[in-house]
Amino acid sequence: MELHDVWFVLIAVLWTGYFFLEGFDFGVGVLTRLLARNRSEKRVLINTIGPVWDGNEVWLLTAGGATFAAFPEWYATLFSGFYLPLLVILVCLIVRGVAFEYRAKRPEERWQRNWETAIFWASLLPAFLWGVAFANIVRGVKIDSDLEYVGNLWDLLNPYALLGGVVTLALFTFHGTVFVGLKTVGEIRERARRLALRVGAATAVLALVFLLWTQADKGDTGSLVALVVAVAALVTALGAARVGREGWAFALSGVTVVAVVAMFFLTLFPNVMPSSLDPDWSLTVTNSSSSPYTLKIMTWCAGIATPLVLLYQGWTYWVFRKRIGTHHLADAAH
Amino acid sequence: MELALAPETLARWQFGITTVYHFLFVPLTISLAALTAGLQTAWVRTEKEKYLRATKFWGKLFLINIAMGVVTGIVQEFQFGMNWSDYSRFVGDIFGAPLAFEALLAFFFESTFIGLWIFGWDKLPKKLHLACIWMVSLGTFLSAYFILAANSWMQHPVGYRINESRGRAELTDFWAVLTQNTALSQAFHTLSASFLTGGAFMVGIAAFHLLRKKHVRVMKTSLRLGLVTVVVAGLLTAVSGDVLGKVMFKQQPMKMAAAEALWDGQSPAPFSVFAYGDVEKGHNSVAVEIPGLLSFLADDNFSSYVPGINDVNKAEQEKYGPGDYRPNIPVTFWGFRWMIGFGMTSFALGLAGLWFTRKKFLLPQHLRVGEDEVPHLVLFRNKALGPTLTTWYWRAAILTLGFPLLANSWGWIFTEMGRQPWVVYGVLRTGDAVSPGVSQGEVLTSMLTFTALYAILAVVEVKLLVKYVKAGPPELTEADLNPPTKIGGDSRDADKPMAFSY
Repeated sequence: MELHDVWFVLIAVLWTGYFFLEGFDFGVGVLTRLLARNRSEKRVLINTIGPVWDGNEVWLLTAGGATFAAFPEWYATLFSGFYLPLLVILVCLIVRGVAFEYRAKRPEERWQRNWETAIFWASLLPAFLWGVAFANIVRGVKIDSDLEYVGNLWDLLNPYALLGGVVTLALFTFHGTVFVGLKTVGEIRERARRLALRVGAATAVLALVFLLWTQADKGDTGSLVALVVAVAALVTALGAARVGREGWAFALSGVTVVAVVAMFFLTLFPNVMPSSLDPDWSLTVTNSSSSPYTLKIMTWCAGIATPLVLLYQGWTYWVFRKRIGTHHLADAAH
Repeated sequence: MELALAPETLARWQFGITTVYHFLFVPLTISLAALTAGLQTAWVRTEKEKYLRATKFWGKLFLINIAMGVVTGIVQEFQFGMNWSDYSRFVGDIFGAPLAFEALLAFFFESTFIGLWIFGWDKLPKKLHLACIWMVSLGTFLSAYFILAANSWMQHPVGYRINESRGRAELTDFWAVLTQNTALSQAFHTLSASFLTGGAFMVGIAAFHLLRKKHVRVMKTSLRLGLVTVVVAGLLTAVSGDVLGKVMFKQQPMKMAAAEALWDGQSPAPFSVFAYGDVEKGHNSVAVEIPGLLSFLADDNFSSYVPGINDVNKAEQEKYGPGDYRPNIPVTFWGFRWMIGFGMTSFALGLAGLWFTRKKFLLPQHLRVGEDEVPHLVLFRNKALGPTLTTWYWRAAILTLGFPLLANSWGWIFTEMGRQPWVVYGVLRTGDAVSPGVSQGEVLTSMLTFTALYAILAVVEVKLLVKYVKAGPPELTEADLNPPTKIGGDSRDADKPMAFSY
């Protein structure tokens, strides 16, 4: 295994970490409309991810920075090519971050409602758009011989990619619902459990169609394994949610996220961004990667830093392990 | 849509707008993290309540500020790929590494420990909670260093070779990129300027309350901390600026000649206080100068030769081929002056304040005040400023909180505009760095989107800051004074409301 292969795996790991972690907090954002019955329930939801959403989002920045360093051509083609969808994602992430931090800083109802609206949309849109983006990467886009994206915005909004977006949105919402079941007490916890069954069933159907489509189009043995794991984990997660095993339900919805991302990357390799115009124009791990020297330095850095990050982020979840309910929230604006 | 503009013009405007805006929050984040951590350390060590109240007050302003710093930073991570894809392809092998290091080592630190600090007041034992804010502070320093090393490589590329067959620059010596004198002096200068910014922020807000005789005990402590920070950081900013200037005279003589509107080389060369001239013809029509000073700034010698804009332009034409290698001279010239002018005004006001409010033992009996009284502003041994002058000093002190922000912005505009037409000095031109596949309409859309969004957020942020500044330091609660002894919080009462919630 050469270093650029190692980095292909590491980039996959970073995206997996991002979708696993920010996946549920996008889901929680969507649930502020889907699950919460009143404003104090919305607050409970927001506070389940309060201490951790920022750390979760850094997985994206790291995936971005690491792609820049390890696969500059991939970074350049992807972000200049998917320009407008990425712009929407960035705007959402900006608004969403500010919304979490500022919402409770004034007591006026209008102020807080505006930020709550922002949290909902700015969670929903990226959850959808990341799916669109990855489905397009897997499907292949119009890349010319200079490794430049030459398609337009409408090329990106094809049925397969749109279905991919719906699947990530549904999956993250399910992941968020079981997370809320795990992190709250009281009535909202019961309703989260019931909602998880409905959202989970819909996700299972959508994901099955999308993953089979992917498998038929681009699949190999490896991706088939990932597909089976994804579907099995999702169905088992549903079962666990049904019998009230919240920890298991969350772990298994997490496995589903991991398996879906794994399937994306398994179908890609050794390409990183296949060209739909000519296979020779595809970006691959070899023609888009950095020099061995840069990759070596990066490997050292990632090898040391990533376990540490997992350790202290894991510790954070342990510190904030208590469930919360409406009665844990003081009224005052902070 | 294609406009009659150079392909890089809109992308440069976008980069300028988003980066200058981002950098309003960065220096405040760096300095307020450390200053808040310092105040909290004082609380943990002395258990004096004024320190805890100060920690809570400045911590709140710090959080309002860092939220903006974090979200505007997201754009920075992606816009190289979006608007500057040819730049990314050409230098990613080198430039990407410090960015990835920054994310892996610094961003995770900052974001994880800030969450622990914000929500951890009733979840972590006192000392562990204190350690969290220090970790955030460490994260801000690391982050600054890596990104400045990356920028320094654009100013003065080292540790690389050009790979002709791949058509790109490749890293050969990462250590050189991290430790070249450009990176060291730039980090020194930027970090000290950050503390000047945070110190002035503290001075300004403390002065606001002291002028109104409110929250005196906490604000007096904050004022002194702010003033000391301003003076020490201001001094270090000047020293590091001198060091960085000397480095720049060697590495980018064009930038420094433009900073002085020095058209033709001279020995000794004068420092220009004011100049007005004709850029096309290449001379000044009006110039107020201090003889020999520029030679000294460039080379520590009052009679050294300093090359002018025309000389360097000619030399670069010989080296890199025909073309105009001059940056925008008025922006470079005035940017340099605004940077120094605003920064040093803030320093001077801080120095005056530090003297006016000096410690008790330097004052005669009748001018000493108690802990809850606003200090007299004592000019000479026995002479305090009168009420009018006192009011004016406090007002000037309030204004000073804005000066370093202006100085920082102009500093970046100066150093980035002064490097043009290069994006990587001597290696890659800015015009060759943009995304060829992105239309001007797309760039315009994103530029207008970010500008509008940032303008709205600026209003929201400033209003929120003003609200919390006016509210003053919070009263302490039982829970504040009795932090938990166990990680995860004491389990005496499982239904107790959280100390902090969104």
